[in-house]
Amino acid sequence: MLTARNLSKRFGAKRVFERVDVSLAAGNFLLVTGPNGSGKTTLLRVLAGLAAPTSGDLTLPDRALVGYLGHEPLVYRELTPLENLQLFACLYRIPEGAERIGMLLERFGLWEVRHQRVGTFSRGMQQRLGLCRVLLHEPQLLVLDEPFNALDAAGAELLDATLDELRDRALIVATHDPERVERLATERLAFA
Amino acid sequence: MSYLSDIGALTRKDLLLELRAKETVPAMLLFVLAALTIFHFVTPTGGERTATLGLLWTAIIFTALLGLTRAFVPEREQGLMDALVLAPCDRSAIWVAKSLAVLAFLGLAEAIALPAFALFFSGIGWRTVAAVALADVGICAVGTLTGAMAVAGRARELILPLLFLPLAIPVVVGGVGASAADHGGKYLAFLVLYDAAFGLLAWASFEYVVSET
Amino acid sequence: MKAIRLPQLAAAATVALGVSIALIFFYAPIDGDQGLSQKIFYFHVPIALTAYACFAWGAWKALLHLWKRPEGADLESYVAIHMGVIFGSLTLLTGSIWAKISWGVWWAWSDNQLVLFLVLFLFYCAYFMLRYSVDPGPARANMCAVYALFGVVLIPVSFLAIRLSRSFIHPVVFTSHGPQMTGSQFFVFCVALVGMLTLFAALYQIELAGKRLDAHLRELRELLA
Repeated sequence: MLTARNLSKRFGAKRVFERVDVSLAAGNFLLVTGPNGSGKTTLLRVLAGLAAPTSGDLTLPDRALVGYLGHEPLVYRELTPLENLQLFACLYRIPEGAERIGMLLERFGLWEVRHQRVGTFSRGMQQRLGLCRVLLHEPQLLVLDEPFNALDAAGAELLDATLDELRDRALIVATHDPERVERLATERLAFA
Repeated sequence: MSYLSDIGALTRKDLLLELRAKETVPAMLLFVLAALTIFHFVTPTGGERTATLGLLWTAIIFTALLGLTRAFVPEREQGLMDALVLAPCDRSAIWVAKSLAVLAFLGLAEAIALPAFALFFSGIGWRTVAAVALADVGICAVGTLTGAMAVAGRARELILPLLFLPLAIPVVVGGVGASAADHGGKYLAFLVLYDAAFGLLAWASFEYVVSET
Repeated sequence: MKAIRLPQLAAAATVALGVSIALIFFYAPIDGDQGLSQKIFYFHVPIALTAYACFAWGAWKALLHLWKRPEGADLESYVAIHMGVIFGSLTLLTGSIWAKISWGVWWAWSDNQLVLFLVLFLFYCAYFMLRYSVDPGPARANMCAVYALFGVVLIPVSFLAIRLSRSFIHPVVFTSHGPQMTGSQFFVFCVALVGMLTLFAALYQIELAGKRLDAHLRELRELLA
């Protein structure tokens, strides 16, 4: 599904990463670890198709099959969860969007607040909504950058369960707290 | 057609955002009235009609600039451009939707500005209104594209006027000409040409402005 | 262009310019109205046309960059536009001098060519502001390429606008470039034009070579680091 050979990324004179090889098929789970500022985010952006590598070969699946969660949950603060998900449901051409939206909001405990502005939510709730957005179109490749950030214990458990269920997809997860997902990982990439 | 529904969803999003935030349109309204008031103090009595019409167009251009500076704020501040760019829709839909939203805001500001101008200075004819409508399309088309460019860099609010104003010069010529000159029709035709040429170019090239790959 | 070697190009430019300067001062007839000072025309117009050529070449490289994505197209586009701004500034300078000679003023809004160059000068200076406000990378290359394409569309649109604006803002007519040129004047003009274009080609290759060398050097430094 995703193959990367000899990838490198530079910003001007600064080398972010180089000679990275990745090969992912459905069922693989790539765990990317490393301290803050080591280049994990940049690598994930490249693997999600948001940034171009400076050199190397990269084959990515179609945009419609990729789900990306960045450092920010990527949801509009002035809109409600319902409006946010309705927008993305339309853009991703999801059939029966309303049902899927309802199911995800319930699952992540946001159904009660579906008509409230996201700006009033705590960071943890925004992160949950971000997860709903990522899962909305049932992507085959999920790229998650620090998904456990800001989640409380209940939220983290939900995410754990979700990651378990998604074992048949390809997953890339970056975290500086790898113990949680160590057991699921099929490949690892460590940034210094 | 799904392209149209993408535009519809995105335009609805932009209009909703402004409806909730209520920042841009009130600012544009106040700005245009303040500008017209200032212009009163710089025109001597019995000022030539072309000169005062020129002031109207100056006010419109700078009011538009105010609105355009705010256009990509949510996408920039919350990193949402990533989410929109990753969606499978055609990226030009983002441009169309944003242009339509800015057009709506500018239209609202002008709905107040034009009567105010008629009140403060002199009456305006149908040709001026037609010119304003045509010019708005060109301003929003070009302004949205340069707005996206400006937002990608460091200087942002500083750089948008620099990118936008040279491109707006032909619009001003067309607008003032249509309002003031004797055979204003050819200026309206010129505005149509501007809208078509730059609209097409912006529509085709927006993809490259927002995506790196 | 790659096949032409830099020393030969530089030599050709020197020769062409040398010949054209000689022709301008010793061969071209002295103008009946303005005398010796009219000869600035042989610099002003070729420089202006060369500036247009620079912007067109920059836009062509920009289009190539977006379309086929060859390796160096972004740099080539940037260098061409850089040259265009230099030649454009010279156009404004020589045009201003000519305006002083012809009409006694340092700036003439009635000169369409000059006003067009002012607009383009503003536009392409903003190109540099854009370029330096974004970090180097594919995003910057894409945006600059799109902006360069806008520039090339702006040229005819602005020209039309300026011509239209004349009729209701500045109805007084000064024809900028005088009546038709005689045969010998036209010959000198063509030589001068060839000289300027060759100068552009030589400077373009020089700057391009310099920037490529810079990039190579940086890469080598990083490999060693």
